[in-house]
Amino acid sequence: MKSAVILFPGINRENDAIAALKQATGTEPTVVWHGETELPKTDIIMVPGGFSYGDYLRCGAMAAKSPIMRAVAERAKAGVTILGVCNGFQILTEAGLLPGALMRNASLKFICKNTHLKIENTDTRFTNQYKAGDVVDYPVAHHDGNYFADSDTLDRLEGEGRVVLRYCDADGTIDPATNLNGSQRNIAGIINEAGNVLGMMPHPENAIDPLHGGTDGRNLFKSLVEAAS
Amino acid sequence: MSANDFNSTPITPELVKEHGLNEEEYKLVLEIMGREPNINELGIFSVMWSEHCSYKSSKKWLKTLPTKADWVIQGPGENAGVIDIGDGLAAVFKMESHNHPSFIEPYQGAATGVGGIMRDVFTMGARPVANLNALRFGEPDHPKTRHLLSGVVEGIGGYGNCMGVPTIGGETDFHASYNGNILVNAMTVGLANADNIFYSAAAGIGNPVVYVGSKTGRDGIHGATMASAEFDDDSDEKRPTVQVGDPFTEKLLLEACLELMATDMIVAIQDMGAAGLTSSSFEMASKGGVGVELWLDKVPMREEGMTPYELMLSESQERMLMVLKPGCEDAAKAIFDKWELDFAVIGTLTDTKRMVLKWHGETAGDLPIDPLAEASPEYDRPWEPTPKQDRIDPASLSGKASHIDALKTLIASPDLASRRWIWEQYDHLVMGNTIVRPGGDAGVVRVEGTNKGLAATADCTPRYVMADPVEGGKQAVAEAYRNLVATGAKPLAITDNMNFGNPERPRIMGQFVGACQGIGEACIALEFPVVSGNVSLYNETNGVGIMPTPAIGGVGLISDLSHHATIGLKRDDSALIMIGAATGELGQSLYLKTLEGREEGAPPPVDLNAEKRAGTLILELIELGLVRTCHDIADGGLLVTVAEMCLAGNIGADVFLPEKGSEIAWLFGEDQGRYVIATRDPDKVLNAASSANVAAVIIGQAGGDALSIDGDAKVTLSELRELSEGWMPSYMAEALQ
Repeated sequence: MKSAVILFPGINRENDAIAALKQATGTEPTVVWHGETELPKTDIIMVPGGFSYGDYLRCGAMAAKSPIMRAVAERAKAGVTILGVCNGFQILTEAGLLPGALMRNASLKFICKNTHLKIENTDTRFTNQYKAGDVVDYPVAHHDGNYFADSDTLDRLEGEGRVVLRYCDADGTIDPATNLNGSQRNIAGIINEAGNVLGMMPHPENAIDPLHGGTDGRNLFKSLVEAAS
Repeated sequence: MSANDFNSTPITPELVKEHGLNEEEYKLVLEIMGREPNINELGIFSVMWSEHCSYKSSKKWLKTLPTKADWVIQGPGENAGVIDIGDGLAAVFKMESHNHPSFIEPYQGAATGVGGIMRDVFTMGARPVANLNALRFGEPDHPKTRHLLSGVVEGIGGYGNCMGVPTIGGETDFHASYNGNILVNAMTVGLANADNIFYSAAAGIGNPVVYVGSKTGRDGIHGATMASAEFDDDSDEKRPTVQVGDPFTEKLLLEACLELMATDMIVAIQDMGAAGLTSSSFEMASKGGVGVELWLDKVPMREEGMTPYELMLSESQERMLMVLKPGCEDAAKAIFDKWELDFAVIGTLTDTKRMVLKWHGETAGDLPIDPLAEASPEYDRPWEPTPKQDRIDPASLSGKASHIDALKTLIASPDLASRRWIWEQYDHLVMGNTIVRPGGDAGVVRVEGTNKGLAATADCTPRYVMADPVEGGKQAVAEAYRNLVATGAKPLAITDNMNFGNPERPRIMGQFVGACQGIGEACIALEFPVVSGNVSLYNETNGVGIMPTPAIGGVGLISDLSHHATIGLKRDDSALIMIGAATGELGQSLYLKTLEGREEGAPPPVDLNAEKRAGTLILELIELGLVRTCHDIADGGLLVTVAEMCLAGNIGADVFLPEKGSEIAWLFGEDQGRYVIATRDPDKVLNAASSANVAAVIIGQAGGDALSIDGDAKVTLSELRELSEGWMPSYMAEALQ
């Protein structure tokens, strides 16, 4: 099982991503520098979190124009599993691989805390190890995680089962009180139409070790491996 | 001033005064130069001899601090301290103040404070793995406090989060004495290979002097001089002296430097912090006993028309100065090109022991190095000891509030309310190694690739130091020690950040001298040496000084993370045991301040021998697996400590009243050297304590969903949580109205 992690200048959760992929796949991922134009043969591509180009422009906007992103888009089209977390999600939306945009949190503050998430669709290559109705606990750490799309797009995402994760409480209640950052319809993660690209704000890679305080994130990475093997 | 009139600017007494040099000091300048300096040279003297860079008032006393232990690889004097943590690894750390700039421009002041301290650590070859901070603001009702707090927290988060270094701990206090002078002390802990530490001593005549990082702009000129003066009502005008941070560039600089450090090309490296190119070049040359010729026109510049004066004094951020091995320039440049950073050879080492500044071939300055760097003025300032205060007799209290109401008041007070609003704005999880998050006694990060943990904390109780600088200095060190011990970490070393008022006042100088004495005594008794530090004086506005605040950053090592402790009560905890003795010290306590409106009395004394015995016992209990829940007793006393343990674990407790003596002193006294631990094996713990000659007594029982006193007078955890968590968010929300 081969995986690759894309590294843009300013990305800072690449080692967290590498640790999670290594734990799940048993092999060290290849790190691909953003200036490359070609990707190695790989089953999984992960675009990790951080502040690519300092997020001085819109989050992810600069990275989306990096040379490597053309190759990433080709692989997306070819059906390779692509996971974008946090800044990675922002980059994938800016690159047009996922619909919508991530705006500044409603609180206008950076938020780092654990949050509950409802797994809304377990029939994806990212969530097949979870059970229907599962509520999981991952941390978030972002300033711009407020998901926005127009209502037609949102309706379409919902209708096609493409809303994969939503912010909720421990009982799975999804309402404005459990909406951590002001996202439309509490959306925390979505997949593309073909189902091979997932973007999400929370960090499953920071919930893979009992010493992290929880291991709920492991199943997400296990799902990738399961789907790709 | 145009670029080339540096020889024609007359050096008037006014100009000398504007540069912060007094008559005596200027006489010394003339003596050293053997002639009148030009404007560039005057500027260099000004920053090199500023209090901030020269430590001229504090040196004499800093020298008395203990700095040695078997595990110390590098003590004070380098960019950061270095200690051995086994397995060929070293922890590299330091705390540094950015007080003056943060008051003037809170976001950028705090952000560049964080950026600067991280640079100090990665200059040594270490990857930063944890950030902490110690913050002091004015009283909550002061009109500037919300704005400053909000800006400082955003600035710290803005820089640290972008760098991808978790902010795992710190402390925040409010007091009127900081109304005009907030304190922003930032600490970074890094990890390096013990055999690959980088130092700043330049060597190798003819070796290239290389500039890397951001371009130089006009920001921060005279920042170090500003940081060495008192504020007045016009201090806002000093805003242009505050630097502007670019964490993205620093992230690139970090990665590029670490990549270069993995090769064998660097002879010496020094970050450009306070006093920028001046301070870095002089320090490197002075330590190495060499001379330098700098070609200032080769410095990468952000703006056109910059002068040698501005280039030497700019405090533009995210820059480093290096001496490379000869012939390595191209290979080194390739690394910086990859990271899209400037790389310029701007000079060479010489055997003249002089700093020669060249500007398009013309000499723009020529100064001897050692007399400036080493022979800077050193003052033995007159000082007065602080008069001792009386111990507070519990019989003098009005004691109007019930114990449980007193607890509720305390836990919702600005001094004790939860700081969650602050630390949730800091990414405390990035790097995937955070084991103990903020909100406990010390933050803990796993040492990548091992089962060891590094614990770090930042502590000081300024009201104790104010009342008794010696005891207060001891207490700051002892509390840092205790906070590390409470996680199961063996305390190894400290960094000290000495924040005081104007040292030219004997009373203030007396506070500094007393605190140094107390810190020194505690360091020796606890085998907890000082390996790095920083001094910030002149924290005064219109003649009113801050409370003396020697912030102590402590670092310790957990040898096996499967045995560490946290403050939250756990399901299988039953008995609550207090470790350490109490006589009921209420002087300077938060109970006295908050419930009785009295800020007075002798602070709790610190028995360093008892402290060491208690700490050693706690470490043993955690290592044996007998204790997984431990919290030191600090601000607010025993009942507040238990309340915090309940809230963190979401499990209630009953606290027992003493058979005799003042109940208030028992529940709210701030006696030092104490911990509350929870265990299901109270007998084993009590026996171990007895053989270690440490006082230990069962003070309560864990369980339920409320906190009660002697089975009565309950407060539910949900009410307690609302009180504790509610204050800061609602206080900050008022800013929007």
